Amino acid sequence: MLRYLLPLLAVSLFSGCTVTPWVAPYERQYLADPIMGFERDPVAASYMNHVYEAREAARGAEGGSGGGCGCN
Amino acid sequence: MVVEADVVVTKLLRYCLALGLIFPIYASAAVLPEERADNLYHAYSGGGVTIDGPSVLIRKNIGNNVSFSANYYVDMISGASIDVEATASEYTERRDQYSLGVDYLVDKTTINFGYTNSSESDYEAQTVGFGISQGFFGDLSTIDLRVSYGSDEVFRNDDEYFSDEAQHRRYGVSWNQILTQKLIAELSVETVTDEGYLNNPYRTVRFLDPTVSQGFSYQPENYPRTRNSDAAAIRLKYRLPYRASIKGEYRRYADSWGITADNVEFRYTHPLEEQDEWILEGKIRYYQQTSADFYSDLFPYSNATNFRARDKELSNYTTLALGVGVSYELPQRWSLLNRRNTINLYWDHILFDYEDFLDVTVHGDSTAITPGSEPAYSFSANVIRLFWTVRI
Repeated sequence: MLRYLLPLLAVSLFSGCTVTPWVAPYERQYLADPIMGFERDPVAASYMNHVYEAREAARGAEGGSGGGCGCN
Repeated sequence: MVVEADVVVTKLLRYCLALGLIFPIYASAAVLPEERADNLYHAYSGGGVTIDGPSVLIRKNIGNNVSFSANYYVDMISGASIDVEATASEYTERRDQYSLGVDYLVDKTTINFGYTNSSESDYEAQTVGFGISQGFFGDLSTIDLRVSYGSDEVFRNDDEYFSDEAQHRRYGVSWNQILTQKLIAELSVETVTDEGYLNNPYRTVRFLDPTVSQGFSYQPENYPRTRNSDAAAIRLKYRLPYRASIKGEYRRYADSWGITADNVEFRYTHPLEEQDEWILEGKIRYYQQTSADFYSDLFPYSNATNFRARDKELSNYTTLALGVGVSYELPQRWSLLNRRNTINLYWDHILFDYEDFLDVTVHGDSTAITPGSEPAYSFSANVIRLFWTVRI
């Protein structure tokens, strides 16, 4: 699976390098708004990840604020 | 199995690192994380258990390239969950956790090192982590690679001769992509491998026992000593035509114990004033999982299987969480140190609905109910986050 996926990723990256960014820096006023962050408050987000991880079997891929709770 | 997974992940990481380092052609003007101090009170209450305490996070830059962070977190646990209630008495416990981190911005790459220490009377855990983040495609894309290693020591409070250990390795990749002027996407993949003593030393399984009046007895759980899991998540954040945003998230999870899980979440964020004086938020999250291969609520007899569990977190169940929150930015005249001060309150209500974890507390003094025909267990919990943030 990886054997096929990684060359595809590499090709997409190569081709991406030749593409002009389609959202210019001066067009990002909406994206710069604090309400557009995936998590605005890291301490609160990591606590909720801890609540879920301690009570659900699933773990991982929580995004920027993930990383495990170091507890059983 | 673990070796195979490690080899695959190592290869994947080598590829990703190579790709991340080879293609920084349109590298972004990366910035350090925001300087801030958060003072949070957290409380979880449900299923007979209350867990609360503080969490304090301080993040400060030194110069233009280095950012330090420190977090102190406490869990104060009291009460008795249903499995404790069935076999033991109420207890109190405390967990203290310290984390230190440093971010180093070199050229257009951010490198992060972190260390966490968690301490309980019967559990010691230390984790070290390393991450690297790189923007490219003229700031449209950011790739984040993260690895961590954790080493735990497990004890029993009622048995001074018991001790064991466990190791945890996590390998994660996140790709953040600006898709349009109003839409951002993030794809995250993470593999976790555990090795060592993975069950709870106090928890037991129950089995049919015709020699006792209530018809069943208990014996200790026994889990495999390895566990490998993979999770993949996609998140989208969209800016609505008026000033508000919605977030959608889906995650798929599978592990070597036979558990598969999915969760979806939607969140709506709505500021009331242009200056962010009030920001309101609402969310709904649904989670479902299948049970571990060696889970059973009631085994047919003692030592029925090599591995056995009756941990409700390894059973078939669903959770539904509904949450609301509000942030209020204090007027300038009330602000501490002439900085932006925000007070935040979030409340989540979570419903846990178990399919094959049965409520044995119905037995009480009566033995009229046949073992295995008890009602399925369910409960709800309230989660509070109240915190004060100062942007330094």
